[in-house]
Amino acid sequence: MSVFLSITFSGVALGAIYFLAASGLSLIYGLMDILNFAHGLFMTLGAYAGWAVAVHLPSSIGAPGLFALSVVAAVLGGALAAGITEVLFIRPLYGRPVSQILVTIGLDLAVVGLLLGGFGSNSVRIPVPLWLIEATKVGSANLPNVDFLAIALGLAVLFSLEWFLRRTRYGIIIRAGVENRDMVSALGIDVGKAFTLVFVIGGAMAGLAGLLYAVVFSGDLVSPLQGDSLLIFAFIVVVIGGLGSIRGSALAALIVGFVQDYTNLYLGGHSGFAEVGNLSVVLLLALVLEWRPRGLMGSVA
Amino acid sequence: MLLLLFAVVPLVGWHVPWVLPGTLDVVNSTGTLEVLALCFMFAGIALGYDVMFGFTGLLSLGPVLYFASGVYVFDIALTRWQWPLFPALALTLVVSFVLALVLGAIALRVDGIAFAMVTLAFAQAFFYLIEDNPHNLTGGDTGLAVSNLRLPSILSGAVANTRSIYWIALAFLVVTYAVVWLVTESVTGHVFVAIRENEARLNVLGIRPFRFKLASYVLSSLIASAGGVVYLLIIGTAVPSAVASTTVTLSVLIMVVLGGAGTRWGAVAGAIIYVYLQQYLLKIAALPSFTTLPAPLRVPLSQPQFLLGALFVLFVIFVPGGIAGLVGRLSTKRAAPSLASRWRDSKVAKAIEK
Repeated sequence: MSVFLSITFSGVALGAIYFLAASGLSLIYGLMDILNFAHGLFMTLGAYAGWAVAVHLPSSIGAPGLFALSVVAAVLGGALAAGITEVLFIRPLYGRPVSQILVTIGLDLAVVGLLLGGFGSNSVRIPVPLWLIEATKVGSANLPNVDFLAIALGLAVLFSLEWFLRRTRYGIIIRAGVENRDMVSALGIDVGKAFTLVFVIGGAMAGLAGLLYAVVFSGDLVSPLQGDSLLIFAFIVVVIGGLGSIRGSALAALIVGFVQDYTNLYLGGHSGFAEVGNLSVVLLLALVLEWRPRGLMGSVA
Repeated sequence: MLLLLFAVVPLVGWHVPWVLPGTLDVVNSTGTLEVLALCFMFAGIALGYDVMFGFTGLLSLGPVLYFASGVYVFDIALTRWQWPLFPALALTLVVSFVLALVLGAIALRVDGIAFAMVTLAFAQAFFYLIEDNPHNLTGGDTGLAVSNLRLPSILSGAVANTRSIYWIALAFLVVTYAVVWLVTESVTGHVFVAIRENEARLNVLGIRPFRFKLASYVLSSLIASAGGVVYLLIIGTAVPSAVASTTVTLSVLIMVVLGGAGTRWGAVAGAIIYVYLQQYLLKIAALPSFTTLPAPLRVPLSQPQFLLGALFVLFVIFVPGGIAGLVGRLSTKRAAPSLASRWRDSKVAKAIEK
């Protein structure tokens, strides 16, 4: 029972990270029709930004303070990378959706190549405070503190994103743009600004996701290819949840996290089943598409 | 003419300094023939991908799945089961055909971006499957080298046989080109282009696009599988990170876009240039004079992935039609004034002027 509880808990933590990675993708797609391949890059760069800050600042700040700064750096790093990408590479290609996808693919390859050149395929380690490595006893189960962190941050982002999209002027413009972009620009609203904004928000969430993934699931390690492998699951979450839907992404992220964790627990031990968690997620995708090609919460349009 | 030139390359020992990377400057050396064979193989795969992406307008991110199934089914049949060459080849093509039919039918339930994501997910699942090493068939991470006693001696991958493997790769490209040419010039090919241009109109005309999209997908996938077979003959071993990872898909996509999507020779040219550049850049990065460069220059320049990615970004932004588009534009520019001057010189124009 305690195993089940802790697996469930780690499934939620995984879901929280998938949500952070996928919701930005989903918003970008919903507003701009772009499959943003550079999203994996934003995750990687966010994680590296967090690492760089923690390593280069004086340790007199103290481990918890340094880690808090790492998180901030990851968010800012992801947002900055995304903002630059939108302004320099996406903007010249408005009206050419396929070229926009291609340019994000090229960008991802080029910068990951650069990172591979700089860091090699070796990983760097993000310093974390001790309490993040420890676990809290809840009932009979030992729940890792990092899982709490991931879930708390995931929920915080989910609620602030919902608030932003429903209650603020720019949020409403973005939602209206997802509904009908042409109508919004016909009303005299500068959709271009909303494009940049969506990229920056998505990039910030991706940066956070990249750092959290490193801390929660890969033993504080960051490597150049990490974001790209996370990206594929983010894509799957987006398609299952329904393109353009934030709540769909949240729900799908949770389901995918559970499916991956449970199948890994109950089947992953058998020989030749080491990747069963990943495989069952793809199977889930195929089933959802058979049953509901628009995804769980996709719009009919 | 060009074909004839390439066909006799293995027989002559020209010395072409600088054109071919590093120590490979003798045209019929093993290394050069291997690079050229890889060029031809990727050119064939790029052509097949172009049928789906360039002609039909389906952005699939999963061609690597069929490439990998070609490599691995062929490898497993030869090495694990010790099948003779032709049954192994037949099995490979049948398995890939069925895979493409089933997975294509599922993926084509969605279109546009979702289709791209789903094909990517399927390809990634296949990668995990290979890594998993079910029943100890694939060799997992470490890969599976071909070893088959019944393989004809000309194909056994030894140095002396690079020549025959080179011809096989060239033959693969020629056959693929012929098939793609026949298909894209046929009525079916015109429907492919119509799907790319305006799928809704086809529906109105009473033509169901689904079957044609599936046909395009399956054809392209079969070509990728056949390319996988050729790859295994050239390289002699299958490793998941080289054969089944998304990098292969992205390389093929880049080749087609560099060359010019929707043109046959563009895809071929793009692939040959890409593979050649990749090999050439790797050789240059290993030169002694290069390793003494300061780090900020050396690190980016020693990464073919960075240079090719950057080149690709520049092409997408500034040269949308790829090499084929560039050549097309240049030749029409030359043609346009001549047309105008012909008009000026014509009697009609002179009559109007009067």
